[in-house]
Amino acid sequence: MSRHVLSVLVENQSGVLSRVSGLFSRRGYNIDSLSVGETEDPKVSRMTIVVRGDDYILEQIKKQLNKLIDVIKIVELDPQQSVFRELAMIKVNTTMETRASIIEIVSIFRANIVDVSNETLTVEMTGDESKIEAFISLMNNYGIVEVVRTGLTAIERGSRHIKIQTRNEEE
Amino acid sequence: MKAAEAIVECLINENVDTVFGYPGGHILEVYEALRKSKIRHVLVRQEQAAAHSASGYARVSGKVGVCITTSGPGATNLITGIATAYMDSIPIVAITGQVNSTKIGRDMFQEADITGATESFTKHSYLVKNENDLPRIIKEAFYIASTGRPGPVLIDIPSDIQAAEIEKLVIPETVSIRGYKPTIKGHVGQIKRAVKAISESKRPLIIAGGGVLLSHAEDELLNFVEKTGIPLVHTLMGKGALPGNNRHYIGMIGNHGFSEANRAVAMADLLIIIGTRVADRAWGGISDQTNEDVRIIHIDVDPAEIGKNVDTHIPLVGDARTILTQMIERVDKVDTDEWINELKSLKKEIKSNREKTGSVNPKYVIETISKKLDDDAVVVADVGQNQFWAARHFEDKPGRRFLTSGGLGTMGYGLPAAVGAKIAAPDRQVLTVVGDGGFQMSLHELGTISHNDLNIIILLFNNSRLGMVRELQDRFYGKNNAVYLDKNPDFIKLCDAYGIKGVRIRTDSELEDAFEMATRHNGPFLLECVVDPNESTIL
Repeated sequence: MSRHVLSVLVENQSGVLSRVSGLFSRRGYNIDSLSVGETEDPKVSRMTIVVRGDDYILEQIKKQLNKLIDVIKIVELDPQQSVFRELAMIKVNTTMETRASIIEIVSIFRANIVDVSNETLTVEMTGDESKIEAFISLMNNYGIVEVVRTGLTAIERGSRHIKIQTRNEEE
Repeated sequence: MKAAEAIVECLINENVDTVFGYPGGHILEVYEALRKSKIRHVLVRQEQAAAHSASGYARVSGKVGVCITTSGPGATNLITGIATAYMDSIPIVAITGQVNSTKIGRDMFQEADITGATESFTKHSYLVKNENDLPRIIKEAFYIASTGRPGPVLIDIPSDIQAAEIEKLVIPETVSIRGYKPTIKGHVGQIKRAVKAISESKRPLIIAGGGVLLSHAEDELLNFVEKTGIPLVHTLMGKGALPGNNRHYIGMIGNHGFSEANRAVAMADLLIIIGTRVADRAWGGISDQTNEDVRIIHIDVDPAEIGKNVDTHIPLVGDARTILTQMIERVDKVDTDEWINELKSLKKEIKSNREKTGSVNPKYVIETISKKLDDDAVVVADVGQNQFWAARHFEDKPGRRFLTSGGLGTMGYGLPAAVGAKIAAPDRQVLTVVGDGGFQMSLHELGTISHNDLNIIILLFNNSRLGMVRELQDRFYGKNNAVYLDKNPDFIKLCDAYGIKGVRIRTDSELEDAFEMATRHNGPFLLECVVDPNESTIL
């Protein structure tokens, strides 16, 4: 079972998210994460879905997604040819003694502190999965209060982009 | 004009002249507009029947079937009917009323999230939020329902939207949906590969499914078969794709198919699968028996079906009729005489000649009636033993039509689907085959039949059991059946209460006269046959 990242362009209509997630649960496919937002065209949203499965499952996922009327295009993103990013906000326990070393680690990771209180510090970071995992595991030593993650979003490198064909591609 | 009137105008623009439905509070505006229009509204007796009738209507007329119900329970009652149509890929549009759009989500009286509930059973659905979207939505709905792989589309319309005023009705000329572009023509490279595989094969076999009928490709299939000489088997849904007396016709495959047809699939070196998803019931017993070296060409309009149940070597996405036409141009005769002779020699003589008193032989009944029915008769089968007695023993003639619920296997499909079929083709003979179980699931439609004076012959096999279930129970749990339908009502008396004539026969010898009565009678007719509860489906 390998991990695949799908970038799916969908019509920005209510119910689309429900249809896509419903499709996955109904057919028993595993979603690791799903993030969605508007694109450069406000009528079109992009979903970045991380799925787990073998070749047969991946092919079925793509085909079944394509059947949905609201799905415009599906591209599988190659990790070597794309930029993968995730946003995480981590609330860490701090004491007078530990605060300084936490701040040191935050600056090493080039993350941002977005909130401070007597007992906690909240760090915001963007990066690929391994960077976020690494930071979280270091923070574990100090005691993590809460972690909020967006899940993966991704974009292809270079000048390639996902185009919406206006004519039937088969013609 | 009122949006409801615009809705009716749009339906008329889509060539709709008949709808099946059941009114209620939140669909009254549409019903008022319908009343004033020329569209024929057929009142069913339960909403599920409206969907089945729309399905039967669609399958016989070739048009999109339409059913209209109110919100809440009216809509939820449609669910089984919509799911039935979805599994068999039948084009229907279901219009449901909905509570006031500003009040959705507050659990109003007769409110139901029907778009959510039918998500898995519709090709697409719409919850109308703005009355000005209606013309586009209706046009899109009919387009989606009837193109590519056909299927149900639901339009949920809140009552305030139905009542809203539209300035000017503008029906769009064309439909443009970015995310939906069904493939019609087959890829030429793949077609060449397929043609080459055919020319190299020694034991090719065609498996035809419901897709051939949905694509109206019967003529093209016949031409293809005659030109290549390739023998053909079919699934339950593909019954009727090729006439039964054609010398290339082998038979129906599947769990309840004929052994020679299943053997043919196991022995073939090239399988040409057209318009079927070869689901478990068709393929189940065969899959582990197929020839290891078999090559498979899978022709289907839905790319998701290719490779889903069966590994395919040559996928061909597109419309069956178009692809068959493309292939006929390029393909040549294959030397199949020996292969066909081999297959025909496998045909087992089914001896259905036990003389029984006190009960009727259903296989004999179907065989006899099959010879007497018109050449363009429509036969609608319910689900269960009756379905397979009908499927196995009715002869497929060109012009004949066989309808059943194959994918979902919905009991109670027979009667309402026959209603839809008869209304679509009032001049054709319509006969429905049902068991006492399935009949009781939808016998409320006797009201619709009587009300509209529909000349339908109801062939009822009464064995006081759920026959198919009984067979399964016997096989797996020993002869201790859990379900008896011993206290069945007197069906003849029941039909009489609806003003429907009926006759009960207990022996094979009574059949001829009874059937003669049924066909002569100008109106609906119940022909009840008392069948032995231990009658088997196959032997």
